[in-house]
Amino acid sequence: MSKAPPLLEIKQLRRLMVGPVTLDVDVGDCLCISGPSGSGKSLLLRSIADLDPHEGSARLNGKPATDILPHIWRVQVGMLPPESAWWLPRVRDHFRNGIVVPLERIGLQDTIMEQPVMRLSSGEKQRLALIRLLSNRPRVLLLDEPTANLDPENTLRVEAVITEYRRAHKAAVIWVSHDKAQVERVANRHYEISHGELVSQTIPGQQWLS
Amino acid sequence: MVELTVIDLALAASLVLLLALVSLRLQSNISQQLLIAAVRTAVQLTLIGLVLKVIFESASLGWVTLLSVAMLLIAGREVMARQERRFKGWWGYAAGTFSMFLSSFAVTVFALIVILGEDPWYTPQYAIPLLGMLLGNTMNGIAIALDRLTHAAWEQRQIIEARLMLGERWDEAIADYRQQAIRSGMIPIINAMAAAGIVSLPGMMTGQILAGAPPVEAVKYQILIMFLIAAGTGLGTLAAVTIGSKRLFDERQRLCLDRLRHP
Repeated sequence: MSKAPPLLEIKQLRRLMVGPVTLDVDVGDCLCISGPSGSGKSLLLRSIADLDPHEGSARLNGKPATDILPHIWRVQVGMLPPESAWWLPRVRDHFRNGIVVPLERIGLQDTIMEQPVMRLSSGEKQRLALIRLLSNRPRVLLLDEPTANLDPENTLRVEAVITEYRRAHKAAVIWVSHDKAQVERVANRHYEISHGELVSQTIPGQQWLS
Repeated sequence: MVELTVIDLALAASLVLLLALVSLRLQSNISQQLLIAAVRTAVQLTLIGLVLKVIFESASLGWVTLLSVAMLLIAGREVMARQERRFKGWWGYAAGTFSMFLSSFAVTVFALIVILGEDPWYTPQYAIPLLGMLLGNTMNGIAIALDRLTHAAWEQRQIIEARLMLGERWDEAIADYRQQAIRSGMIPIINAMAAAGIVSLPGMMTGQILAGAPPVEAVKYQILIMFLIAAGTGLGTLAAVTIGSKRLFDERQRLCLDRLRHP
């Protein structure tokens, strides 16, 4: 019997100064990408989410991206941009698929759902955007600095929610992070982006992971 | 009808000249523009008067078609020029021009054949002014709507892409801005219809009354024109916004702002 294909398979992806990037991501992987700003981390995530035109190919569970309708692909390969966008008046209006994670897990109260978006703080928006993305039940999460605006306590809460989601839904995570301690806490693979290519790094505290 | 002489027009021109002098005294730099525009009005209208005279006398379908196409192409250029972030390449011209062709020509031909029923249907005394009215108004609607659409796509790209990231199709992600664009393209004619006769006497009706037509006849024509303009503007705006919003996305439903020109 042949080995099952990786959850997400990226081959020779190129976009502007990014690439060529070839990457296999398996169920349960949490892959962190670091690099200076402007090195193309966000471009890489955008290309994987198929928001930008790019060269190369991507497969999900062995199925080519080109055989999957774009809006379905983006549900299954869900991207969390660095700044969340809100376009309806109330928070609740943005949650068409319900909520998969209890809000108290990320330090929010249920009443926040009834609030006008205008009254949210940037940290609240960032956490709610993550919950909104998870309610689509993506198989692969592309997270662009998901804890950038958060205090240490909420950062840990968000990390826990993401890890738990990854385990419960047999998902994988590609996580852009600058924080070395965070990489040690969440990642099982770490890459530095350099001249557009991914360079594998060792993670000092990896032994606790297994 | 009072025949106008060259002296009558010169008297009216002296008012414009006076205005130019006054604004020159007030250090306003509008006087040059004002004079150039006034001269253009006189020259352009005289020329089109002569062209219409020739075409009315010949009454051939060929000439009517030629003039119609020329009017369409000039209107298309105008629509393109009025957009700050128009589509690059020939799309910038074609999106508006094709929509105008679709709406103005269809509505004009419908009015000529079904409503007016002159023989032949392309009788230039009816065809040319009707088409001119329709082109002039659909031109406004389409230019406003396309400008609004491309502006919104540019300014709200974060929201549009966020909606794509959450799995919305391109037409869902742009729906709000599409509606706004259609609305702003149609508001002028809706307002004009609502205010007609109360706040303003429409230009065409005024012209007919000055030319000696009975007011009730002039009113009937004005109502006809208003309805045709509303239909034409609506159709044209819908077509332009549909074509435009489709063009904002590629085959993988990505928002393609690089298809827009920078102002």
